[in-house]
Amino acid sequence: MQEIWIALAILGGMGLVFGLVLAVASKVFAVETDPRLEELTEALPGANCGGCGYAGCAAYAEAVLKGQAEIGKCASGGPAAAEKMAKIMGVEPGAFVRRVALVRCAGQHGVDEDGKATGSKMKGYYEGIEDCLAATKVAGRGPLICKFGCLGFGNCTKVCQHDAIHVVDGVAKVDHEKCVGCMMCAEVCPRNLIIPVEYDKRVVIACASKAKGAVTIRGCSAGCVGCGKCEKVCEEGAIHVDQNLAFIDYTKCTSCGKCATVCPKHLITDAGLTAPALEHSAG
Amino acid sequence: MSAYVQSLLGILLSAILTENFILVKFYGICPFMGVSKKSDTALGMGMAVTFVMGIASAATWAVNALLLIPLKLEYMQTVAFILVIAAIVQVVEMFLKKSMPSLYQALGIYLPLITTNCAVLGAALVNVQKGYDFLQSVVFGVCGGLGFTLAIVLFASVRERSDKADCPECFQGFPIALISAGLLALAFMGFSGLKIF
Repeated sequence: MQEIWIALAILGGMGLVFGLVLAVASKVFAVETDPRLEELTEALPGANCGGCGYAGCAAYAEAVLKGQAEIGKCASGGPAAAEKMAKIMGVEPGAFVRRVALVRCAGQHGVDEDGKATGSKMKGYYEGIEDCLAATKVAGRGPLICKFGCLGFGNCTKVCQHDAIHVVDGVAKVDHEKCVGCMMCAEVCPRNLIIPVEYDKRVVIACASKAKGAVTIRGCSAGCVGCGKCEKVCEEGAIHVDQNLAFIDYTKCTSCGKCATVCPKHLITDAGLTAPALEHSAG
Repeated sequence: MSAYVQSLLGILLSAILTENFILVKFYGICPFMGVSKKSDTALGMGMAVTFVMGIASAATWAVNALLLIPLKLEYMQTVAFILVIAAIVQVVEMFLKKSMPSLYQALGIYLPLITTNCAVLGAALVNVQKGYDFLQSVVFGVCGGLGFTLAIVLFASVRERSDKADCPECFQGFPIALISAGLLALAFMGFSGLKIF
């Protein structure tokens, strides 16, 4: 009987001692945390998408608390999260600019009225790993003739946490209503095709081919050949052709939509244009 | 070379290779299967286990030799060791959070996970079974952790590759991982019989 009591006393004593040690340790090693940090982290969506440029929601919350980051950088949370965070920090929420991802490729595989294949042309069959990065590593850099076009294995689809980007007819396409602009897709695209664009100024040159015009045409019926018509028509001077490819300067663009009407390849999409809607957009 | 140093080297070799915690003794299978999808997280887990196993071996040796044996309470070892290990992990976690935040961030969630890791308890119990002294216990704990790290990192690398491999649909994912774990354990059987004295 006595043995049982000894065992009980020893174990109970050990438990008590450890409990006390832990209690003391929790006081001694207490790390002071601002209660606002937890509130800020809770105000964020917890998607840890990295769209704000920080390692995750907790890291962004900490940066906001320290005043190193601005409120409103969270694309996933949008204006709602920005408002909550502003309330916690006791400041006015800044203007929240909604951004979406846009894919700079219009090489969707299709067939025109005459039965001719349109879009990006294949130079062979690729039977390797179904992964964009892997496809760019094999000899010949993947199945497309175009060295800039979307490979369509959907690395972007795999990382998207908002089900907003899908491969349609061989080219990734963004659902603008679902996209929160976290740009995770842009990070995994081995061809750097995806760019962030303001939701209200959704004008994009849907091509990334810097090859010469003739080379671009050989690989794809939809490519930008750098003809410069958009550059000439743009009243704001927002479009410039460089290395056989038109680029839009979004600081100057007013999304008037004139460039979209003159593009002979219908490459400039009308997604967010304010001007006359275009029936024949490529995107 | 003295016999004692020889015994330490023998413990080192057996803990890492011939008596590998995961692949020969089958301790700590849950983190082995659970945290082995990426080799960098596997390395983090392995480092955390090595760290905790070293400390736990030392502490449980002290508890056993100074408290349990004099009072003839050897039959309470399992319960007492669980108590000791849990308390140590908690204190270590708090200590790291305060004084070494970078290490705390690196070990991340693995540290609290280890509280209930059977490999750590296994190390403490094997120390007692084999009658190791203090230094031998610590060497056994640290090397057991290194063996754990070796196994889990190897396995994570295998899994990273088998994820990309073209394997039959019915084996994809977890089944093929279990099969590769078995093959890895078979490979480690090749070390049995390896002795330096």
